[in-house]
Amino acid sequence: MSGNINWFKYSSPQTFFPLAGKLAFWFGALALIACAAGVYLGFFVAPTDAQQGEAYRIIFIHVPAAWMSMFLYLVMAFWAGLGLTFNTRLSGMMASAIAPTGALFTFIALWTGSLWGKPTWGTWWVWDARLTSELILLFLYFGFMALQAAIDDPRRADKAGAVLALLGVVNIPIIYFSVKWWNTLHQGASVSLTKAPTMAATMLTGMAAMAFGFWFYSIAAALMRARCIMLERERASEWVADYARRSG
Amino acid sequence: MRGERKLFGALNFTLRGGDLLRIGGANGSGKTSLLRIACGLLEPTRGEVRWGGDNIRRLQEEFWRQLVYVGHANAIKDDLTAAENLHVACTLASVPGQPAQIGEALRRLGLAGCENLPARVLSQGQRRRTALARLALSEAIPLWILDEPFAALDAAAVECVQNLIAEHLARGAAVVLTTHLENRITAATTRRIDLGAG
Amino acid sequence: MLATLRCVIHRDLLLAARRSSDVMTVLLFFVLVVSLFPLGIGPDPALLRTIAPGVIWVAALLASMLALQRIFASDHADGTLEQMLLGATPLGMTVVAKVFAHWLVSGLPLVLISPVLALQFDFPQELLGILALSLALGTPVLSLIGAIGAALTLGLRGGGALLSLLVLPLYVPVLIIGAGAAESAVSGLGGHAQLLLLGALLAFAGAFGPWAAAVALRISSE
Repeated sequence: MSGNINWFKYSSPQTFFPLAGKLAFWFGALALIACAAGVYLGFFVAPTDAQQGEAYRIIFIHVPAAWMSMFLYLVMAFWAGLGLTFNTRLSGMMASAIAPTGALFTFIALWTGSLWGKPTWGTWWVWDARLTSELILLFLYFGFMALQAAIDDPRRADKAGAVLALLGVVNIPIIYFSVKWWNTLHQGASVSLTKAPTMAATMLTGMAAMAFGFWFYSIAAALMRARCIMLERERASEWVADYARRSG
Repeated sequence: MRGERKLFGALNFTLRGGDLLRIGGANGSGKTSLLRIACGLLEPTRGEVRWGGDNIRRLQEEFWRQLVYVGHANAIKDDLTAAENLHVACTLASVPGQPAQIGEALRRLGLAGCENLPARVLSQGQRRRTALARLALSEAIPLWILDEPFAALDAAAVECVQNLIAEHLARGAAVVLTTHLENRITAATTRRIDLGAG
Repeated sequence: MLATLRCVIHRDLLLAARRSSDVMTVLLFFVLVVSLFPLGIGPDPALLRTIAPGVIWVAALLASMLALQRIFASDHADGTLEQMLLGATPLGMTVVAKVFAHWLVSGLPLVLISPVLALQFDFPQELLGILALSLALGTPVLSLIGAIGAALTLGLRGGGALLSLLVLPLYVPVLIIGAGAAESAVSGLGGHAQLLLLGALLAFAGAFGPWAAAVALRISSE
């Protein structure tokens, strides 16, 4: 996903740095195209819904963002776990690079969920299973970032973050099911925000396009952030000094 | 590497029974870090530590059962008495710690009347001696790693601890320590490593 | 190994006994937080009866949070933790002993006093047992999960608040199921399913928590 085709050649920050830069550019471009397609399909092509009118179109952002928020957490935990097991510096940096993007999508999912709820059910917030789980996921992301920010030593920060991320991954299914169960217990068969209108083909394509767009954006953003982290952490080394000199 | 500072590199040595290894160097040169790496508390950025041919990371408790480490911190709880502290330290290390032996160890380190006093009221030197009293009971442990054992000790206590170390070396054990004091411990082999300019 | 466990538990209990103000503070905090809710919401008996399990559970969560800061902090400060890391017993077992002692001192008192507090909320008497049992099963889980958080945040600035941020999201399932047990009992469905789930969580946390905490302790001690 992040371009580690030949594992060991690119596992050192020095060799990965230029590759990351190139990949970030291309994925960024792809992201723009995919998002544009998604927006076009979602906001212009897909038919108006009979029950919810135009407001429902926000799911074209809400659902892919929610998918991304979950997916990115898994990826982050994967990289963190890899770094913890094999003691590789780059894996830890990737995990740290992904976290803010994951948190961003979680926030977008919450915000768009709220925007959807207002015209549909009249309230700015609905305590349904999906939104509540997203809220807790946001706290998990914040916890990870806060922990890493509080630790000065990068090695300890990576490892501690990894333990937390893995703990989170194990807990996410438990959290999701308990929240879902809590929701059914207290509200009965209430309306769920995720019960989207029956999907027309264009709707699915639109959401898929947005999802890919978000995915490519995440890759680009994470790679750019990883480059910054690499520069910061390895600032004592020669290749960074060379790079600084070359870029003026 | 410590944080972002490189402390030392390319360090290579082997320790045998009866060896005394002294680690010297200015403050901040990484003596404590080196000892902690030797114990297994700290992972070296590169390289490994082996005990009897096996990496200590793999041996874990097996290695630690054969190690006594007295660090900078005394590992003494203020609210427990000297005797209670020593008992806990011994149990954690699986070292014999019967009440009579504990009393004897404390007496040997010059803490005769202090067994039942809470560590809170003991002086710095007395606390250090309580921490070091473990050594008197650790005759069966083949490796002692001591970080500035003589800090805060008066002359009599220093001599007492030096005797403990010398006796242990004579038994064929190995001792690694850091200190600023002149070496007055006789050993089969005394080696010295000075951590200097990194 | 058992000797070491007994020694650690005994030591921690002894220390808690000699510094009993710490213990009392947590208990008083619990009682205080529970008492704040009627003050904030109003004394309507029907309302209070409904929110009783939730309020008691949330207060137990917060009190547990408060107590967690003490579990490894003093050992870390005076170097005893290092000795535990270098001990002859696997660190996971030492953690189990410490968490158990910690629960005896900060979890069990909450369980014992919860029926009294529930009565203040006019909670049905025959269901007090279920509430207490849910806490008895749930508070050890809180201690076990919390121990991992405490191990990760050892010695960091931001202390308590950071620990809360890390651990409270992980506490959510325990809260939902625990409070749900008493609530189900009240609505006549019987809280057995939730209690069994809590038992399962306890078994799971008991099996993996100490190991994760041991890993975290080693990371934090480097």
